Amino acid sequence: MKELSLHILDITQNSIRAQAKLVKLVIVESLANNELTIIIEDDGCGIPADRLHNITDPFVTTRTTRKVGLGLSLFKAAAEACGGYFEISSTPGVGTKVVGNFMRDHIDRAPLGNMADTILTMVMSFGETDLNYQHDCNNRLFVFNTREIKETLEVESLNEPEILNWIREFVSEGLEEIMEEKIYGKVLSRTKSDS
Amino acid sequence: MAKSLAELKAIRDKKLNEINLRHGKNGYRVVVGMATCGIAAGARPVMVKLMEEVDAKGLVDVTVAQTGCIGSCRLEPIVEVYDANNEKVTYVHMTAEKVARVVDEHLAQGKVVSEYTMTVVDGKVIDPTVKG
Repeated sequence: MKELSLHILDITQNSIRAQAKLVKLVIVESLANNELTIIIEDDGCGIPADRLHNITDPFVTTRTTRKVGLGLSLFKAAAEACGGYFEISSTPGVGTKVVGNFMRDHIDRAPLGNMADTILTMVMSFGETDLNYQHDCNNRLFVFNTREIKETLEVESLNEPEILNWIREFVSEGLEEIMEEKIYGKVLSRTKSDS
Repeated sequence: MAKSLAELKAIRDKKLNEINLRHGKNGYRVVVGMATCGIAAGARPVMVKLMEEVDAKGLVDVTVAQTGCIGSCRLEPIVEVYDANNEKVTYVHMTAEKVARVVDEHLAQGKVVSEYTMTVVDGKVIDPTVKG
């Protein structure tokens, strides 16, 4: 995957297949600790213990359309190639938690990439499932919660172009505010007065 | 924050009728393969472009959603278009550029873009519609 945001999109699709009602995504970036951590937690059906031990084996999958399962394998490989770690824990009937940790300045660390488009695509594919996204960039926090939006709008699905456009801009602007660089690749020039 | 929930609500109130129409199940249902294979091959920009084009063309009876691995990973990104009778056309090796044409010709005018479907064999198009 060229961007970490594509791994995130991919891993959260597992939560949808596990019939999660809520997916919690936490990203913590810290220059001080030289770390980037991605935590994806759901309340889906969970993974039995006998499957969990080899879940990152690319030749293990429960799907029937093909014989390989690469999502978690690729995410684990990406984290470990960047001096980080990968963890997965799961309780059947309760949910699953996936953690990927990266050395932020590692030469092989893929950029986080376009999170606004990943969130947009997640919302389009989530249906009634909710997303709670928290992004902490050097102690500056951005929060996006689909439950709050659904309650405000009194709808059960946000898969409408007008709503999606708003979400894309909301996430894009929110992340630009907490990050030092624009997520579409353009570096934001910061003067002393706005930092 | 420039974007507020109040602004979002105003958009929704204005578009309420359109949204009800969309859930009327008379139009096309478009699904994009969003398993690891699809995402790695470029499903995200395809999904985003679908949303943008459906919005730009004001196609109120089209829904866009995701599906898992369709089983032909080498043909990803794959976009399947189901009509009201559940008949399916499968587009393969999709890109944002190809999406724009599919939305314009297939979703807006009902004309299948045969050359992007998976039923082109040796340059010859076989009937691209699979009966539901």
